Amino acid sequence: MISSLGKYIVNFIIIILAQVLILNNIDFGIYINPFLYLLIILSLPVNISNWLLFTTGFITGLIIDAFTNSIGLHASATVFLCFTRPYILKYFAPRDGYEPGSLPVPSHFGNAWFFKYILIGITAHHFFLFFTEAFTFTDFTTTLSKIVASTIVTSLIIMIAQMFGKRNKRR
Amino acid sequence: MSNIIRFIIKYNLVFFFLLFEVFSFYLLISYNQHHKETFLKSSGNVTASLLQLSSGFTDYFSLKEANEELSRENAYLRTLLPDNKIDKEIDDIYSIMEDSVEYIYRPAKIINNSVNRLHNYITLNKGERDGINRGDGVISARGVVGVVRYTSQNYSTVLSLLNTQLKISAKLKESNFFGTLEWNGKSYQHAILSEIPAHATVSTGDAVVSSGYSTIFPEGILIGTIQDYELISGEGFYNIRVKLSVDFKNLTYVEAVKKINKKEQLNLENRTLND
Repeated sequence: MISSLGKYIVNFIIIILAQVLILNNIDFGIYINPFLYLLIILSLPVNISNWLLFTTGFITGLIIDAFTNSIGLHASATVFLCFTRPYILKYFAPRDGYEPGSLPVPSHFGNAWFFKYILIGITAHHFFLFFTEAFTFTDFTTTLSKIVASTIVTSLIIMIAQMFGKRNKRR
Repeated sequence: MSNIIRFIIKYNLVFFFLLFEVFSFYLLISYNQHHKETFLKSSGNVTASLLQLSSGFTDYFSLKEANEELSRENAYLRTLLPDNKIDKEIDDIYSIMEDSVEYIYRPAKIINNSVNRLHNYITLNKGERDGINRGDGVISARGVVGVVRYTSQNYSTVLSLLNTQLKISAKLKESNFFGTLEWNGKSYQHAILSEIPAHATVSTGDAVVSSGYSTIFPEGILIGTIQDYELISGEGFYNIRVKLSVDFKNLTYVEAVKKINKKEQLNLENRTLND
């Protein structure tokens, strides 16, 4: 238990650093903003308690906000992801439910399952994020293109990042 | 009572969601509207030191000192321009500037920057200790960059020209007609100049410069050139697309500019307005 907590904290720090020091500085144009940090929320254990899920999500969002001068923006979007996550997991649940202690990662459920799971979660998050950022529906097509483009790139980057962490996650 | 508690426990997911979401939006709105000082920002000590550290890695070590020297010299020379008359001997440039020149220029280096969001900010490696304050203008050798938003001891954050929240008073260099320049969030190379009346002569390639009316920037700092324009029918104003002279993707050394008598001018203007 302690060692898995330590692993989470190390992963947390690595992912946050990769997000704010590398991905935030790579310029992919205005339509593409990859948010690797969502992997932190998406890979939390299936049966995590709600308060811990929301607290982790909120703090993660705030840290990202502190680096991009957008206090509250990523925090609110990440909290929204935390809200949708249990429903998405329920929708993709195996026929006889989740085993206690299972993680929503490819090594437990396979790559195809994982990709479908993160795609829906990321879409929900990006919808919330980009519309909150624009705070208007006037530039609907621009915002929508941002959501679609960023969702695809974020999903791919998370799939790639997941491959790096795969070795030590296998039970 | 126990029913309410049972209800909350049953739907705890929704309650947690509402609780955190209300708090997030409170932060979002209070930060954006009331301009409140928050400790969570990229000019904060922890975040800024980290950003500075990472910016240090990306500098070419041999070029660093040479560039800094050049930008310091540039700022120094700007204060000596004929517009900025000096009537005393130069001992300590910053101390005598206070009463002999109109604007003070201070060199700074960008340690964090973005161009791909709707609200882009820049972080500088200089802050209050170097005399940079909220509301100072930020320019580079190629033109207007933005306006200082928050400052801490050693760092400051700048509202980039590429931020939909920033509006700048700008004018056409040839004809002196002035209007408002703002970014529309589409391309990092273009901004929109509006409120230029229909009887002004506008042609592509004309220079757009700062108007000097706002106490933030000196008059005549280049902003960009006219890319294309259209007359909005029924309103009598032009909508002009300006190609920005500053390349925001490739920006390292800038200067913060402060008008010495800014407070005096603003106080006088406020008194007139409130009459």
